[in-house]
Amino acid sequence: MSQFSQVVLSGLATGSIYALVAIGFTLVWQAAQTVNFAQGEFVMLPAFFVLAGMSLFGLSFGTALLFGLAVSVVVLGLLFKKLVAEPILPHGGITLIIATMALGILLKESVKEFYSAEAQPFPSIFPNDPIDVFGAVLSMQDILNLAFSLAVVVALTLFLNRTRTGRCMQATAQNPAVAEILGVNVKRMILYTFLINAALAALASFLITPVYLAKFSNGETLGLIAFIAAIVGGFNQIRGALAGGLLIGVLDNLTAAYVTAEYRAALPLVLLIVIILVRPQGLLGTKEGRAV
Amino acid sequence: MYRKHMLAISMAMLAAVGVAQAEETVKLGMVAELSGPGAPAGINWRDGIKIAAEEINAEGGILGKKVEVGEYDTQTDPQVSRAMVQKAIDDGAFAILGTIYSGSTMVNMLVAQQNSIPQFVGSEAPSIVEKGNPFVYRTSSGAQKGVPALTKYFTDTLKAKKVGVAWLNNEFGKGGHDVFVEEMKKAGIEVIVDVASEQAQTDYASDVAKLKDANPEAVFVYMNQEESARFLIEAKKQGLAMPLVGEVTLTEAKVIELAGAAAEGAIAHVGVTATATEVPGIAAFSTKFEETFKRKPTHDAIKGYVGAWTTKYVTEMVGEFDGEAFSAKMQGLCLKAADYPKILLDTCWDDRGEMSRPSFMVQVKDGAPTVIGTIAAD
Repeated sequence: MSQFSQVVLSGLATGSIYALVAIGFTLVWQAAQTVNFAQGEFVMLPAFFVLAGMSLFGLSFGTALLFGLAVSVVVLGLLFKKLVAEPILPHGGITLIIATMALGILLKESVKEFYSAEAQPFPSIFPNDPIDVFGAVLSMQDILNLAFSLAVVVALTLFLNRTRTGRCMQATAQNPAVAEILGVNVKRMILYTFLINAALAALASFLITPVYLAKFSNGETLGLIAFIAAIVGGFNQIRGALAGGLLIGVLDNLTAAYVTAEYRAALPLVLLIVIILVRPQGLLGTKEGRAV
Repeated sequence: MYRKHMLAISMAMLAAVGVAQAEETVKLGMVAELSGPGAPAGINWRDGIKIAAEEINAEGGILGKKVEVGEYDTQTDPQVSRAMVQKAIDDGAFAILGTIYSGSTMVNMLVAQQNSIPQFVGSEAPSIVEKGNPFVYRTSSGAQKGVPALTKYFTDTLKAKKVGVAWLNNEFGKGGHDVFVEEMKKAGIEVIVDVASEQAQTDYASDVAKLKDANPEAVFVYMNQEESARFLIEAKKQGLAMPLVGEVTLTEAKVIELAGAAAEGAIAHVGVTATATEVPGIAAFSTKFEETFKRKPTHDAIKGYVGAWTTKYVTEMVGEFDGEAFSAKMQGLCLKAADYPKILLDTCWDDRGEMSRPSFMVQVKDGAPTVIGTIAAD
């Protein structure tokens, strides 16, 4: 029972981090109708901003986290929108998708160049001692990672649903032309979306890197799994991305523990195929029609 | 006409200078995992060779020729490693130093063998010396010699009756796993949980949960460096309380750096360790390495260093740059540290390229591997 509890808890904790990244996919999709294939690298990079803050500027870990978050929002949010998304988007979504693939390679190789190919240690935000919960010894870090990620998702949902800016962002995502007629500053709302995506990627980075270790190649797996999580859950719904992330996290761990460790990497892809065949809009997604 | 003559003379002079330079140097092909998952091992291997090359050149080179080390990155990919060994040979390498990952060595050692090129490897899979290749030589004992050295620790020190195994499912991990399971069977110890993981695996939650649930008295951990660190971090998270015992990598400096406090208490049998500072050669090497690279050397750095120096010693015994003669000399060769100080410890190679020398048991204490016992060469 203790093993099952720990496997499910770890799955939920990792899955909730996948969900943060997957939500980024859905936000960018809604704002720009494109897929950011550099999303995995967006999660890999902020950890290195933190390490740079600590080693180059001598910042404490806590201050370096704030520094990493700020730099991520500027570089992966503002600059990404201004230098990559905005100039390329008028030429079509496919062009931007290819550009993000190129950006992903550039970010990965740049980190490798500056930090070497070796993994780097990354401190944990939360204590990593185990705790006793009703007789089961569970990981405190997993519990706090899960709680923190879910809190971020709840806060984001409240922001989008309960604030004027959030509702303007949703209106922009649904129909930018009508939103503009109604007086919404569409450009600003799209910018906010990119900034939020960058912040989510940074938070995911801070939570996952103590486990994965800081390494230039971390984005490869993370980006792929989060992309699949977003599709499985429903690419156009935040709650779908959350469900997809949690589902993949738990199923991955259960497969490794009780079925096969060798084929665990194949599980998300199998799930993706099944969902596309059975429910193309995803578990919680809604159907979207397009005029061609 | 004058211009043509001048051009011809210039070309001839350049060619002559090139030939003269080529005659004054001997090339060693350093083929290692400089990127990809094997980079921590490969980079240390390379840096150990750099120190050796500098020292060898300061002592007049090999047979009077300066050593020139060419670097070839395998990207931790066996097929790339094969191409890199071929490239190093095409570039004129007299000997190959590398690779470290057994899966790569299994593929690329055939290329060196076909060209009669001596090859010192950092790999530890038993299968490497079982192929009858007379040109491949280890720089540390293979798993079939290293892992059995641990048996006494499990039987006498830990007095374990039920153990677990956590291993990496690649050529290196499988070799160590198979030898360990066989050794435990011989010693009458039951392996009650056997957990395989994949190379570059990032999440060890289910692996550790399985071990914890089975509750063995000790766990044998046999993985590469980054995987070892991730395993230790997860073991700490889930409060895995039993002794974690490994062979070589578990207490490596890089693993301790990555795992931090989670590495505390980990135990390993190591062929060579930079912490064995009671051995004068190892102490001197460690000091020089730290001064040069501003970090502590790993056992891979020592292995690379020993490989380069053995190339010099054996070539000078042979008296010429002849791969066939080198191979013949290596069969059953023993070098004593008193006569060949840069070999660091008395070392022998058998007729298959397997090596034997004294080894150590170490445990991570206060963030550093500490020697807790010495094991005689077998």
